[in-house]
Amino acid sequence: MFYPLYALASQFSPEPKSSGIEVLEADNFRMNCLQTLTGVKFMVISDPKQSGIDGLLHRIYELYADFALKNPFYSLEMPIRCELFDEHMKSALEHSEKLGISNV
Amino acid sequence: MSSNKQRPSILDKSLSRGKSEVSMTAYALLFSEMVQYSHNRVQSVSDLHNKLSELGERVGVRMVELLFVRERNYKRETKLLNVLLFVKGTLWKSLFNKEADKLDRATDDERTFYLIEKEALVNRFISVPRDKSSINCAAFMAGVIQAVLNCTGFPAKVTALWHKGTTFMIKFDDAVLIRDKQLEGR
Repeated sequence: MFYPLYALASQFSPEPKSSGIEVLEADNFRMNCLQTLTGVKFMVISDPKQSGIDGLLHRIYELYADFALKNPFYSLEMPIRCELFDEHMKSALEHSEKLGISNV
Repeated sequence: MSSNKQRPSILDKSLSRGKSEVSMTAYALLFSEMVQYSHNRVQSVSDLHNKLSELGERVGVRMVELLFVRERNYKRETKLLNVLLFVKGTLWKSLFNKEADKLDRATDDERTFYLIEKEALVNRFISVPRDKSSINCAAFMAGVIQAVLNCTGFPAKVTALWHKGTTFMIKFDDAVLIRDKQLEGR
């Protein structure tokens, strides 16, 4: 659903070599997106006032590369059901929430 | 003429040991592929452990020779406790750059020893799915230990268990115990 939107956005952009949608802001939420060199997209939906999401997105990319891709029991394109990934995600989210809200 | 004396030729330098480090990511991806390869060719959990163990044995056989030449100065171990300390210390240090956490003897059976490792390096990125929770990829390490013990003359069977982290249960053959007792008696 989002993939065609991103493809369109990168074509429509007035500047050449655009990378697609990075931040989508609405009244109640903001959606951040990180597109990697391989085309994998990480999306985070958060409060509009939250800061530090870019760091969080990079951290999530790291966690994905570590605990999902190196896990022999994970098949690509499937929902990620890896314990270690979930644990580290939880602590990364808590960490980011603690930092983000104090910067408001 | 004069340039020959300034730089030592490569034949004059001693054999270098090479870099003993490998990127963790490279190893993790290779190991993940090994597990997947074995997983696709077996039907049961114990077969998977056996396959990983066999892969580990090939590593163990080569490590034994290398370590005794480099670290132990061509002398081989003859006592049971010494060979176990060799596994715990030297082997672990050369593979993982740290010693194994604990080495225990079973209270009820004198042929069985437990080598405990709280967080096995091989399992660092692996999360086993709930429905297959008995799979332990440390079976690869168990194969390495088994090959090391078999090649040094202390035949044993090593299995990996989920206990206090990862525990390797080492069970020696009777002949080994008898021989060790005779050595001590002398």
